[in-house]
Amino acid sequence: MVPVDYYIALSAILFIIGALGVLVRRNPLIVFMSIELMLNAANLAFVAFASVYETFSGQIFVFFVIAVAAAEVAVGLALIVEIFKSRKNINVDDLNSLKG
Amino acid sequence: MTQPQFIDFYTLMPFLIVTVWACLLLLVDLFIPKDRKGITAVLAALGLVGALTYSVTQVGLASRGFNSMVVLDGFSTFANILLLASGLLGIALSYGYNNRMGINRSEYYTLMLFSVSGMMLMAQATDLIIVFLALELLSIPLYVLAAISRKRDAEEAGVKYFLLGAFASGFVVYGTALIFGATGSTNLADIFFAASSGTSSLLLTIGAALLLVGFGFKVAAVPFHMWTPDVYQGAPTAVTAFMAAGAKIAGFVALFRVFATAFPALSADLTDILWALSALTMIVGNLSAISQTNIKRLFAYSAIAHAGYILMAFVPYGNSEIAPTAIAAGLFYLAAYAVTNFGSWGVVIALETAEGKGLEISDYAGLAKKYPALAIAMTIFMLSFIGFPPTLGMVGKFYLFRSALAGGFPGLAIIGVVTSLISAYYYLRVVVNMYMKEGDPVVEREAWLGFTTTFTAIVTVVVSLVPQFLFLLASTAVLK
Repeated sequence: MVPVDYYIALSAILFIIGALGVLVRRNPLIVFMSIELMLNAANLAFVAFASVYETFSGQIFVFFVIAVAAAEVAVGLALIVEIFKSRKNINVDDLNSLKG
Repeated sequence: MTQPQFIDFYTLMPFLIVTVWACLLLLVDLFIPKDRKGITAVLAALGLVGALTYSVTQVGLASRGFNSMVVLDGFSTFANILLLASGLLGIALSYGYNNRMGINRSEYYTLMLFSVSGMMLMAQATDLIIVFLALELLSIPLYVLAAISRKRDAEEAGVKYFLLGAFASGFVVYGTALIFGATGSTNLADIFFAASSGTSSLLLTIGAALLLVGFGFKVAAVPFHMWTPDVYQGAPTAVTAFMAAGAKIAGFVALFRVFATAFPALSADLTDILWALSALTMIVGNLSAISQTNIKRLFAYSAIAHAGYILMAFVPYGNSEIAPTAIAAGLFYLAAYAVTNFGSWGVVIALETAEGKGLEISDYAGLAKKYPALAIAMTIFMLSFIGFPPTLGMVGKFYLFRSALAGGFPGLAIIGVVTSLISAYYYLRVVVNMYMKEGDPVVEREAWLGFTTTFTAIVTVVVSLVPQFLFLLASTAVLK
């Protein structure tokens, strides 16, 4: 059996990749995918810890996170499509009409 | 498996009223003709009034529900009343504004109700699962509301708010996962026992810090504030007013609840971080506001600065002697801020035209001559933001600085006083424009708008003369 530490290490790596992706990628779709990666890193950690403590609550949390992530996708993609329709361009660096 | 009892539902009743009402409203709205969406606003307000009445009957009561996942106590009731009142004021500001801007969509008020329900759940949550769900329930409708006018700026505000808000919830979820890993539970009380029984580990500290980052985004604390000016400026002004008060109250209430119940054992590690966060927020918020010419952007930076003042109440949270008064001071300031906030945004809405003009500070020139009442109201709000007597803002700051001194943080209190003095410069610039410059401002007259600004102006002054009453309420609301 794979030791639980490996899962935690993997989840930490995924979380960091996700957070860096949000900070360095310029396409809102990729930024959003990076955010999903962060959420899934947390899910992995939850499941790993739940198996350590032999409790279900960690696994139940994962279902909540998946459901909420789906709701976020619905709203987020709608917003990104909307902005693409009006600007024909979805680089976050071009979202600069508000500044100061 | 135990069946839910009545007490479970009673604990959550105001929240349930708002949620069920919002679902029904979605349905009822289908039968309301397109040109009479004002009815939806009235119905939404009725739901909030119902929940508010129920919440008032729960004053002084305490109970737990759903396996201690939610709680009803003085703290949650105080927050619920504040949040429901914020929802009502938000609807009052939106009513005429939406007509004028052509965004009188039926989803608007339903989304607002869902957002209020999320904020209320946030105040009642005693389990990190519920905290996370409530956070999303309050945020997702706000992302939509920010972009609801579908104008260029609003869309940009919506996308920015969404991406950074989702980023922040990523931190909250991962923080929760680590806390779960360190303690084996997501319940705040269990986390407290695990943390204080010596199993305090690096994992737990990192988890708490990640939660702090996530909430820091929500309440717009520096250095997690970058989204605030853009979102506040781009979103429809009525949404901004609601968001500035509601999301801030909910974020701080959850922060108080989570840290004061679960992590007193970590205060040695976290106090310095909170100190720096509070000081930075006050300094950066106030200094950035100085150079602003757009009134919405000015108030956005002022909102950041005020988050710093409220964070001050939070620094001594681990000191069990000082914490209750400090948190009471924080709650008092949240209430004071909410009232002044709605009033000042009301004035901004009155001057905003359908073409999006009237939002520069120079547009306020000559307001005092043409509309003296409005100018007086705005002056009261600006004085309250500065912390000048006789206004709520002054009393709130007094309590905050006093608790900072009592907690042994004189440096923080000094930074607070100095930044307040700096803030006088940009707040008074608005007043100077209104009274000492010539101009011909155009003002929209709407009954509910007028009511909101008058009401909040009166509350700002009158309650400041008898502040003990509200402070006593806030003190009874404090967590045990």
